[in-house]
Amino acid sequence: MTAATQTGGLRGAGAGGGAATRTGGAARGHLLPHQRAKILPTLVLLAGALYCLVPVAWVVVAATKSSGELFSTFTFAPGTGLLDNLRDLFAYGDGRFLLWAANSTLYAVAGSAASTLISTLAGYAMAKYDFRGRTVLFYAILAGVLVPGMTLAIPQYLIMSETNLVGSYWSVLLPSLISPFGIYLARVYALSSVPDATLEAARIDGASEYRILGSIGLPMMVPGMVTIFMLQFVGTWNNFLLPYIMLSDESRFPITVGLYTLLAKGSSEPALYGIAIVGAAVSVIPLIALLLFLQRFWRLDLLSGGLKG
Amino acid sequence: MTSLQGPQSARRRTRAPYLLVAPAVLLFLAFLAVPIGYAVYLSARGLRLTGPGIFGTRQEIFVGLDNYARVLTDAEFWAGFGRLALYGLISVPLTLGLALLFALLLDYAGARGRRFARTAIFLPYAIPGVTASLLWGFMYLPSTSPFSYFTKELGLGGIPFLAGDGIYPSLANIAIWGGVGFNMIIIFTSLRGIPAELSDAARIDGASEWRIAWHVKIPLVAPALVLTGLFALIGTLQVYGEPTTLAPMTTEISQTWVPLMHIYRDAFIRDDLPLASAASVILAAGTLVVSVVLLKLTQKRASGGLS
Repeated sequence: MTAATQTGGLRGAGAGGGAATRTGGAARGHLLPHQRAKILPTLVLLAGALYCLVPVAWVVVAATKSSGELFSTFTFAPGTGLLDNLRDLFAYGDGRFLLWAANSTLYAVAGSAASTLISTLAGYAMAKYDFRGRTVLFYAILAGVLVPGMTLAIPQYLIMSETNLVGSYWSVLLPSLISPFGIYLARVYALSSVPDATLEAARIDGASEYRILGSIGLPMMVPGMVTIFMLQFVGTWNNFLLPYIMLSDESRFPITVGLYTLLAKGSSEPALYGIAIVGAAVSVIPLIALLLFLQRFWRLDLLSGGLKG
Repeated sequence: MTSLQGPQSARRRTRAPYLLVAPAVLLFLAFLAVPIGYAVYLSARGLRLTGPGIFGTRQEIFVGLDNYARVLTDAEFWAGFGRLALYGLISVPLTLGLALLFALLLDYAGARGRRFARTAIFLPYAIPGVTASLLWGFMYLPSTSPFSYFTKELGLGGIPFLAGDGIYPSLANIAIWGGVGFNMIIIFTSLRGIPAELSDAARIDGASEWRIAWHVKIPLVAPALVLTGLFALIGTLQVYGEPTTLAPMTTEISQTWVPLMHIYRDAFIRDDLPLASAASVILAAGTLVVSVVLLKLTQKRASGGLS
């Protein structure tokens, strides 16, 4: 945990790395005389941390309980049914849970990778070239940022059903490929980190536009691409309404829709509650591990900085 | 179109930009523009009985603005917005307020355990809303709630998280839990961009940390606050997964509890796609208007904005 947290965000980069424009760690490290009230701020931060960790702790503990213990013992007392629960979870519907996890991974990884590439190319072009329709495209993208994707889920369903794609993997993957916010961020990043002079120098040397993109533009945009990928990944992984509307075959569900169906059926079949809880615990743990690991690569200043661009 | 940037473009004509934006433009048309257009078209259609008596057949015909009139006069649709407003009035200010508070504390050298707190508070961002609702749902459910366990032990009885008006703070809490960390990080990265000299100068002049936060730091992160506020608002208007997930656990959440649930019911349970299309168009247009108005209003105050 420490390895992941120490460089997460930008504090680590500012204090240790060569980011000269950031405020150095030293200036903030030493305490001036009237910086004395430490206890209250620390307590507030710890209370916030506790608030955020309690539900995660609860589900991990609840996952160890047998269905009898779940409703009878104190909620934070560990139970004895962890192995049985795990067996039930993975046996449910002939290993359906693993299929859901694989589907979520497919939608999130393939969708975000493709979406990041598409967004980067478009954002780069909008930042670095003047071309007919650029202004129109920019305002269309901006409108796309402000109209939430969810409100478009029904219209997207209609298009998918017209083209007979409803129920297929494509019906979830294709709409997630277009991310106006991703394009917007890529444009902001290209404006701020790909200098025109470098591109112009390459042109004078006779490099083609595609060569310039491949060997100068894209490498410079990698930190921005990583951030766009992660935002998109979390967004797709967490998406519920789109797959819920598009899919009817349980074997194509992502985890979110799968867990929801367990819960919805659970009101008449309480054993499924237990499976839903273990499923939630099992699906949350790799995500947290991924977050802790990837935290250092986030460049969320792209978001706050993007506002000024 | 006049040339705004990029001296290169004046000298070289290339097809490269068109090729680069082509995939995005095609996808934008296919999955944003065309669906909106189709929804607008469909929203003007409707099934009507034509022909005499019981021998009449149902046919899809052009009905003009009938569907819009039906949506806009549907008291239940508006009631959904009312419930959403109540929910948003709790969740949006608390999410932003807590995010700002935690970000300022993370930026305050006197606080301990900042790295741990930052990671812990950011963690719920990785957890899908549906899973978060499931976790909190069980923590609200009288038979499994740890909070109600304590109040029962104290002889106070359980806490009615899922009954009556308790549903609003309970649902808002799920949104706050999931949203504080992400917004905190955005505000925090923005705070890190403020030159330390500004705070140090104020400190030497004898300003308290509280005054520095209020008069130096908060005004300078105003653009980040606008961004997070905008996202919180857009997020509120599209609430769907959380109430849907909690619905099996409580009788308070009807099929039409929020606008998107109402639209879902019209489309898939009542099979009235034209009506659902009209409601979708109203919701999307309304969101766009609200966002633009919010941006315009705040642009005057903060010298930032999405542009």
